[in-house]
Parts: sequence; C-alpha cells; structure tokens
Amino acid sequence: MATIEQEVTVVNKYGLHARPAMQLVELANRFGSKIEISNGVLTVDAKSIMSVMRLAATQGTVLKMVIDGHDADKAAVAIKQLIDAGFGEMDEQGS
Amino acid sequence: MKLSDIMVKDAIIPELKARSRDEAITELIEAMASAGAITRKSVHEVAKAVLARESKATTGIGKGVALPHAKVAGIKSPVGTIGRSSRGIDFSALDAKPVYSVILLLSSPDNPDEHLQAMEAIFKHVQRDIFRKFLRQSETKEAIIDLIQEADELG
Repeated sequence: MATIEQEVTVVNKYGLHARPAMQLVELANRFGSKIEISNGVLTVDAKSIMSVMRLAATQGTVLKMVIDGHDADKAAVAIKQLIDAGFGEMDEQGS
Repeated sequence: MKLSDIMVKDAIIPELKARSRDEAITELIEAMASAGAITRKSVHEVAKAVLARESKATTGIGKGVALPHAKVAGIKSPVGTIGRSSRGIDFSALDAKPVYSVILLLSSPDNPDEHLQAMEAIFKHVQRDIFRKFLRQSETKEAIIDLIQEADELG
C-alpha cells in the first residue's frame, strides 16, 4: 500500500470538459487504488463521472490528487500522462 | 452559475415525442428555436454540431441522464433545456441503460471556461440521486421549472 500525492496542471485550451472527464474516469477505474482529485475548492472521487464533471477545471487549473492503494504509483503516472498530454486534444477544438 | 440561469424555461419538454437519440436532440433544438433562444434558421447547423459531438463519444453518462452539447457560433452565454422521456431513449450510455432525462447545453465557442461552469452547474444537481429521481417523475413543464429553482435555492 502506498499513498501518493501529486499536482498536475490542466494544459489543454478547453479544460476538463465532458470527453476529457470521461477519459480521466475511465483511466481511474482501471486501477484498484482510491483516487481523489481536488480543484482547490472541491474534492471528488476520480472514478465517478458525475463528480469529476463538477471540477470545472479550466486551462491552467492545478488539480491536486491523493492516490491510495497497491497500484497508486502506476495510477499517478498514467493520470499525469493523460493530463499533461492535454487529453490528446492539444491541436483540436474541444466540445 | 445557477441551473435556472442556463435553462430556457419555454423550451423544456416534459414528454419528448422522440424515440431515438437523434430525434430527441432535434426536438430539443427546435424547442430552443421556438422559445427564441436560437434562431430558426440555425436549427439545422446546431443539430448537426450536437449530433457530430455525440457521435465522437456518448454524453449518456449513466443513471438515466444524457447531456448532449456543442459549441455554437452566435451563442453568448451558455443556454440549455431539458427533455424528459418516460419510456426512455437509447443513447448508447456508459451504463448501457436508457436515458430518461436529456439535458441539452449550447455554449459559445469563444468561452470554454463558461462552458465548464455551466457543466458544473448542471452536475451539481444531476449527481444527486434525489434530483434525478424527481426530474424523472416531473410530468409537467412547471414541475421541472420548480425542481430546478428549488435545487438552486438549496445550493
């Protein structure tokens, strides 16, 4: 068991809108660890789409995560990669 | 941002005629035009944009709710409406279950941050079991409007 804390900044122009939020939730659900994400005001379960949609994380928002469980290290790396890569939409329009 | 600031009351449909996803989206967009929230001549373009977005990935997020949306030129601040279907509509939702509440959201292409705030306003209520349950049970436009206002007041 391990607990990892990390901060990742949202870089894509359209922020954490519906599709990125779904990608994030889908990724989080691949791991057994408990994953909490905070936008500084609200802390939510990264495995629930309805909760993650409430983060309203715009470009530049720093998301703080607390990841706890046997695969916390892998989850932390994978989630950071997804957000750092702008959810694969660095060149395209969001919707 | 509050849900009642976004929702166009005159465009709320307490019982969708639509039986399919595409029909439901079109019916709601036509209601937005009838309510004066968008122009009549933009209906086709708006429907095309929302359906194109929907075909990239479903907005049927599960628990009987779908949130079709698009960024549309000419929209200043986010506007939306709600359609209710008692028989349920197939949105190829994430949980593979029918959708009973369709929430349409149209935002400005120039203000992505406002779009996220509108989403937050919607999900603040939609994430609650009791809100989804009451929405599904609301059989009139007035009941849906009251529900939205009460939810906003509770915060």
